[in-house]
Amino acid sequence: MKNKDLKLYMTQRLSAIFMVPFILLHLGVIIYASRNGVSATEILGRTKGSIGWMLFYGLFVVAASIHGTIGIRNIVSEMFAWRGLKLEIAMVLVVVLLVAVGLRAVGAVT
Amino acid sequence: MADTIKVEVFKGEGGQGAYQVFDVPRMESQTVLDVVTHIQRNLDASLAYRFACRVGMCGSCAMMVNGSPRWTCRTHVGDVVEDGCLKIAPLRNLPHIRDLAADLVPFFDKMQKAGGRFVAGKEVPQQMLNIDPQSPARVAVDAGIECIGCAVCYAACDVVAWTPDYVGPAALNRAWTLVNDERVADTGWHLQQVALDGGCTSCHSQGACSVHCPKSLNPSQSITGLKRAVAAAFIKGEL
Repeated sequence: MKNKDLKLYMTQRLSAIFMVPFILLHLGVIIYASRNGVSATEILGRTKGSIGWMLFYGLFVVAASIHGTIGIRNIVSEMFAWRGLKLEIAMVLVVVLLVAVGLRAVGAVT
Repeated sequence: MADTIKVEVFKGEGGQGAYQVFDVPRMESQTVLDVVTHIQRNLDASLAYRFACRVGMCGSCAMMVNGSPRWTCRTHVGDVVEDGCLKIAPLRNLPHIRDLAADLVPFFDKMQKAGGRFVAGKEVPQQMLNIDPQSPARVAVDAGIECIGCAVCYAACDVVAWTPDYVGPAALNRAWTLVNDERVADTGWHLQQVALDGGCTSCHSQGACSVHCPKSLNPSQSITGLKRAVAAAFIKGEL
């Protein structure tokens, strides 16, 4: 692929744009919900069984995992001179790991 | 002003070698190129280095001076000397030939790889193209066109050091002047070239190129322009 760098660059930028409303809503809800104090039980009472929150945080996790992995790929490639198949396999493992632990966390609260 | 300067000069061949110390008489308005020339003429005739115009026009005397890439002919010793010492090495990020001479072939090859050449249309224009000097495109061309290809920005760039395929700031700055040149027949071809792996998306906008450019050009800004143009073309499905 002659312009893989470009595709990864655009994927990283577009995933960042995609995450903006998620970040704003995430922070907005935290500030709004905790203005009078909120317990873990109360939070879980709202998120448990909610398909909406599951989708919200599920998509957020997938986007953040893709976005972060591309950044990690650049760092690993530049700092440790990893290139080629070794780099690609390592990054597939990173994105799978991030998605897995992220979705596990989402599953635990929804 | 001290009577002498202690000058460490890299001596060796093909990347192998060591710094050799010379004591050079300190003079008024002395440039780093004067220092190197003094060593070559009076202390070590075998010293290899490159220069031509001596007045900041050709860019061939660029070297690393106390860790920074500079035109040695336009660098006064008084501006860079540290504790009476100078450390002079060949340009970074380029293959080493001998002593202070670096091989600039990869630098110019990458300029070609990034599409850094003017390609006119096949048909001769019937009328002279009327280019408005105030148009945004021409202003962008004017901002970058003064590059003389000295490779100082290339030596300053950490991304070049980390990513051997990266074409570097000078090549992309040249490409940006062509993308904005109204006389160019196929702007899309230039965007395709800079969008290849090792092209403009490899840049991290650290700005070392712009900080070190002896002509005060801003390659970093040119690369940002290319990134915008390439992203727009990608979204339109043109890349």
